[in-house]
Amino acid sequence: MKRVIFVLVLLVLIGGAVMPTVAQEDGPTPSPDQVNKIASNLYCPVCANVPLDACGTAACAQWRQQIADLLEEGYSEQQIYDYFAQYGPGVLAAPPAGGLNWLIYVLPPAVILLGAWLLWGNLRKFKIPAALEKKTLKSEYTQRLEDELKARQ
Amino acid sequence: MIADLGFFSLLTAFLLALYGCAAALVGVRRNDPKWVASARAAALLSFPLLTISALSLIYSLINLDFQIEYVARVTSHSMPLYLRATALWGGQAGSLLFWSWLMSAFASAAMLRDWRRDRDLQPWVIVVCLATLGFFLSLVIFFENPFARMWQGVTGAVWTSIWQPTGALPYIPFDGNGLNPLLRHPGMIIHPPMLYLGFVSFVIPFAFAIAALVTGRSDDRWIRVTRRWTLVAWLFLSLGLLLGSRWAYDVLGWGGYWGWDPVEIAAFMPWLTGTAFLHSVMIQEKRALFKHWNLLLIILTYDLVIFGTFLTRSGVLSSVHAFAQSAIGPMFFAFISITLIASLALLSRRWQILKSDVQMTSMLSREALFLLNNFLFISILIICFLGVIFPLASEIITGQQITVGPVYYESATGPLWAALLLLMGVAPLSAWRVSTARTLGRAMWWPFIGSLLVLAALLFSGLRNPGALLGFWLCAFVVLVTLYEFWRGARARSQSKSEGFGLALWRLVGRNRRRYGGYFIHLGVVLIAIGIIGIEFFQQETQGRLAIGERLELGEYAIEYDSLAEWQTDDGRLIDRAVLNLHKGGEFLRQIYPRQDFYMEAQQPMTIPGMHSTWESDVYVLLVGWEPIAADSATFKMFVNPLVNWVWMGGLVFIIGTLVAAWPEPDSALAILPAAGQERRRSAEARG
Repeated sequence: MKRVIFVLVLLVLIGGAVMPTVAQEDGPTPSPDQVNKIASNLYCPVCANVPLDACGTAACAQWRQQIADLLEEGYSEQQIYDYFAQYGPGVLAAPPAGGLNWLIYVLPPAVILLGAWLLWGNLRKFKIPAALEKKTLKSEYTQRLEDELKARQ
Repeated sequence: MIADLGFFSLLTAFLLALYGCAAALVGVRRNDPKWVASARAAALLSFPLLTISALSLIYSLINLDFQIEYVARVTSHSMPLYLRATALWGGQAGSLLFWSWLMSAFASAAMLRDWRRDRDLQPWVIVVCLATLGFFLSLVIFFENPFARMWQGVTGAVWTSIWQPTGALPYIPFDGNGLNPLLRHPGMIIHPPMLYLGFVSFVIPFAFAIAALVTGRSDDRWIRVTRRWTLVAWLFLSLGLLLGSRWAYDVLGWGGYWGWDPVEIAAFMPWLTGTAFLHSVMIQEKRALFKHWNLLLIILTYDLVIFGTFLTRSGVLSSVHAFAQSAIGPMFFAFISITLIASLALLSRRWQILKSDVQMTSMLSREALFLLNNFLFISILIICFLGVIFPLASEIITGQQITVGPVYYESATGPLWAALLLLMGVAPLSAWRVSTARTLGRAMWWPFIGSLLVLAALLFSGLRNPGALLGFWLCAFVVLVTLYEFWRGARARSQSKSEGFGLALWRLVGRNRRRYGGYFIHLGVVLIAIGIIGIEFFQQETQGRLAIGERLELGEYAIEYDSLAEWQTDDGRLIDRAVLNLHKGGEFLRQIYPRQDFYMEAQQPMTIPGMHSTWESDVYVLLVGWEPIAADSATFKMFVNPLVNWVWMGGLVFIIGTLVAAWPEPDSALAILPAAGQERRRSAEARG
């Protein structure tokens, strides 16, 4: 039993010593597809409205290389976005939710919901008059088309 | 000098536009048709004058008169003749002149119609058309003059003015800067005129709407008069958007066709309100409902047209500071504000007389579903408008630039597009005025069952993506409903007239062009939707560096790097073109040639994809980089874009449908029972 405990402690100690070294080591070289996946969610700092993965400027090529370097250093996707956000929120594909930016996320659904509510309020007031309840009125064209079809069946 | 001729024609057209507005107003005030006739003559004259002006500029562009600053900015010796001529709309000043020229053409065409039934509307239509024309001409003359020339003083300083400054000599650079390389593409040559035609022709229905408001006419005459104008405007705008998408796909080199860029959205917003308007006017024509709403929609469309031009021309999209520094930005802003406020004030003044006694009676009636359609279009507009405006507002308030990219637009508008597709399937089967769930269900069960079978087939084939399944099911439903409508009509006609089915279908469409043209448009929209679903849900991409003979695989396709050649062209391009062998399932298919054109004058590269197009998908390959000189290895980005060609085919069907709908009806009699029409005519003759 003592031997088992000794081996376990030794393993933990060795593991403890080795783990930080492993974390600090560079990971495998990221593929261009991994870089492009992240770059497609970032925007060129020079050309307006051009995603980083599609931009041909030297600045963007440098940033793509930087993404590759960060991936190699073990950064996660979110950490990379956070890293680039230091250059301003304009480099992110969507404004970070917070402060004034909340408006862009809240306003469209709020306005549309308000519109839907008003629309529903009006639609539910519509009542088919009793005289018409049994006979559905159709456009002159549709009515005649259907009469014609019925007559020939 | 030809530039002087162009400038004086421009100036005369501007003065005539001002005179025409004033004369029309005097004519109304004094109730004197002579003044209105004089205003009409001014509107008619504006077109030949601006034609002289535009042709003068085209002549200067073709002959490379580099003393004219605009010519030096957008042309160069290396540009071919057709590009020099089309550089008319390649820069700011020229495109504003082009806009004005088209506006004068449409104003003149409107003046040539038969006005006997609408004498009261005519002066106000003239005022609106000429005020809009006058505004654009004022921008061209005072802020962005395409005829301004360059002069050099004794100190060597060069400046620009129309007139020769004292002591200065003409300054003629040896060569011009040349057109932006991205604009040297067939799509970009046709795209701006189509877009501008769409923008400009929407002014005419707006002018009639304002005329109806000012004169207090509450009937739907303005809608009936402008129905074809509106369809033509919509056709051009749709064509402009489609060509712009194709240009982006071929030239911008990012594997897609629509990037939700603010410039794209600027043209898309009036299309949204215009589409809502086209549906909504039918309610007013059939049921005399929604008079306020239709007026509001056309006012919005007009101001979104001006707003779209403002967004792309003022520099505001690159930065609000650019807007503040630009001369025309504040002018546009003021014009939009004035026209919007004045139009809305006019609408509110006429609110009471526009009220309709007719009530909506059923929430499943055609008009209720059209109302829902309008709600969805306006919701998409709100999302687009906020997406464009918000970065500008943020920069003004917080000083920070932000980006609102495709992820925002796609997630916010996606469900609304799906709801619109569903409505496209349901609405054609609902009846005007009264429709119940029972009658609607009875009408749609056959197409509904058919669409479920399509869904089952898709599931059986292994498709599991819920979004794509929903989208394809909706597409199948709309197609089946539309085909069912064609079939029902043609069968009835075929039986009643003893015609063959094909002939009956042809004549049915010919006699009901608006209705069946609309159905063709729906089919076009569905084809576009299928293409969008394909590329949005199933696009694949990869990138890799290949040595000669190496392969890059994506799905069932593979590209093999064969060679790369570099050469220089007479028009100043340095071309690097790769030769790739494309394989499918291990079998050689063909060679494709992605390339990069480097425009030496502008120091700007352009990435042209190598493509293999089929109905199933496009293999789209970009040359990203290469080893200089030896070209032993090169980097390629490869996309497989499923169903993307359905977008272009859908566009074609869409355009054909709009042409069918806009074509004048030969006879107002109904298609199926010509005997009824004849009876009606006979009784009318008897009465007469």
